[in-house]
Amino acid sequence: MKHTISVLVENHAGVLARVAGLFARRGFNIDSLAVGVTDDVNVSRITIVADGSDYTLEQIEKQLNKLIDVIKVKTLSPESMVSRELVLIKVSCSPKQRSEIISICDLAHGKISDISANSVTMEISDNAQNLDTFEELLRPYGIKEIVRTGTIAIQKGEAAVTVRS
Amino acid sequence: MERMTVAKAMTECLKAEGITRLFGYPGAAICPFYDELYKSDIEHILVRHEVNAGHAASGYARMTGKPAVCVATSGPGALNLITAIATAYMDSVPMVIITGQVNSDQIGRDVFQEADITGSAEPFVKHSYLLNRPEDTAEVFKRAFYIAGTGRKGPVLIDVPCDVQKAEIDFEYPETVEIRSYRPSSKGNGFQIKRAVTSMLEAKKPLIIAGGGLFTGNGAELMRKLSEKLDIPVISTLMGLGAMPTDSPLYYGMLGMHGCEAAKCAVNNCDTLILLGARLSDRTSSPISRNNELVVIHIDIDPAEIGKSVAANVPIVGDISIVLGQLLEQLNSVEPQQHAEWKNQLDESRVDREPKPVEKGFVNPKWFIRELNKYLPNRSIAVADVGENQFWTASNIELKNGRFLTSGGMGTMGYSLPAAIGAKCAEPDAEVIAVCGDGSFQMEMPELATCVQHGISVKVIVMRNRYLGMVREHQTNFYGNRLYAVSLDGSPDYTKIADAYGIENMLVESEESAKEGIKRLISSDKPFLLEVAVPELIETIL
Repeated sequence: MKHTISVLVENHAGVLARVAGLFARRGFNIDSLAVGVTDDVNVSRITIVADGSDYTLEQIEKQLNKLIDVIKVKTLSPESMVSRELVLIKVSCSPKQRSEIISICDLAHGKISDISANSVTMEISDNAQNLDTFEELLRPYGIKEIVRTGTIAIQKGEAAVTVRS
Repeated sequence: MERMTVAKAMTECLKAEGITRLFGYPGAAICPFYDELYKSDIEHILVRHEVNAGHAASGYARMTGKPAVCVATSGPGALNLITAIATAYMDSVPMVIITGQVNSDQIGRDVFQEADITGSAEPFVKHSYLLNRPEDTAEVFKRAFYIAGTGRKGPVLIDVPCDVQKAEIDFEYPETVEIRSYRPSSKGNGFQIKRAVTSMLEAKKPLIIAGGGLFTGNGAELMRKLSEKLDIPVISTLMGLGAMPTDSPLYYGMLGMHGCEAAKCAVNNCDTLILLGARLSDRTSSPISRNNELVVIHIDIDPAEIGKSVAANVPIVGDISIVLGQLLEQLNSVEPQQHAEWKNQLDESRVDREPKPVEKGFVNPKWFIRELNKYLPNRSIAVADVGENQFWTASNIELKNGRFLTSGGMGTMGYSLPAAIGAKCAEPDAEVIAVCGDGSFQMEMPELATCVQHGISVKVIVMRNRYLGMVREHQTNFYGNRLYAVSLDGSPDYTKIADAYGIENMLVESEESAKEGIKRLISSDKPFLLEVAVPELIETIL
């Protein structure tokens, strides 16, 4: 089962290596990982999507909490979070196909980020499942390259994962 | 505020932490610090291999309960420490490890004796620091000692580049430390404490498993009180040996793969299991068959240990001495309990096999340890190595007010002599005995020089059977008796080795001579080596 875990850490060198190393040596599977600074420059957030049973998830949370640089660990439940990935997709595109591809892009609430004689690059942010669908729609045109970030997620409503909360 | 070099500040930090002695091995990258050690009154014990600086610090820390310090230089020196760091980590031993590092502007360029020690040691440390900003020295040391010595104790590494050691700073040691992401719990949850008390009082067949946490958390005395008040039988893990005096009528021996029948019977028949500072590793929990009615109360300082090996009905996270205090307080008004029937059942499962006679020219190690018990003073420290010798000792040593040390989690061969050196430094008045096999002894033999150089009167017992006995047994039992790479042919004459170091020694090959050997060993106030000839193909469980 997939779990989305929001982890607040001290923002200094080596922290990511510690977190990634912990997953590797304890045999936890990471599906995706995204890191960025928070509103406090001393704190970074690592969002991890991990695969495993409830027992594994409990161990992941507990072992993460043991790392001295980890300030907070919170697993977000699928129904109470908004999750996003960003994807950049470059597809082959003859001038004739442009309007067709642009309409698919519009449908997915994407943006055209770059265009050339025989290619178009689009950017879309959505949840992982919708991005997969979008990718399938574009595949017939010939995908030249896909760049995808890890998932980031935030809780719905007023709840927040912060150092203070 | 005082102006000084980081190297000098490092010695000031150690003094502020009450460190009077450390274990180490120098090299170029740590020389600025050694030059300040030379000027300080901190005693430096020079080991003969860096790994033993770590094991000695481990033995020292296990006796004092406070972080002990070991030092090595960059690259190979630091890397040689890793096995000791991992050994300490597995057994929750508080340690601060100081390593030299190449100059900070050379890091990452593969220069001479460069190794990424913070990276390499990462899986085995509670935390680590690369001290690359001289002005952080005091804060880093304060934090390192705080982290190593609180919560679930463990090793913390500080890597200090050579140029940083030489840099000048304004130094003042902080009095307090606050780490927002590290707040170890101390008190147990009140609701769970009440539930635990209820379960204990309802239990018909309660059982305590005493773990090593009772030593690191200073809870052995309170555990004995709890056991006596509620008449709860106690069994022990390898790391918890001695938390309950071995001669107590409530004590039913050691659990585990090499444990005793009574302990196995107890764990498989109890209705309420109280785990005190025991993480129940695979080697310990293998005899436990879990049934649905069993109530497990698990008390541990580390939340990650609860539910890891055995599901807990009543989880209590906290400092073992505080939690036991809370439990005893709740039990204040309760009448002492009796579990006569349960104890009778367990008493019937006690098996005491007399040591069997062995062929001429050899001594039965079980008989030997039991004989040794007769002469050991009350406050003695037995340090067992790894292998058959470990369980001959663990299963037969009497512990009233003494301690038993061994590498439990990691099973690191070559632990006993250096750890005994550390233990003897911590408790110079206690009799400290290292028991090893001829395999493990050959890994730690050079440390005899450390004993001689620093006048550390450790007594070494080498159980010599000319085999890596436990592996040999494994090959016999599980690999069709195809004995391979387990014979120690080519080994030296151990008494001559001792002679070469100027250490008193004796070889014993009969019960008669063993008695004399034990007497000589105990009466000597110098290091002593006793070689005990044990039958070549002898088993672990006797």
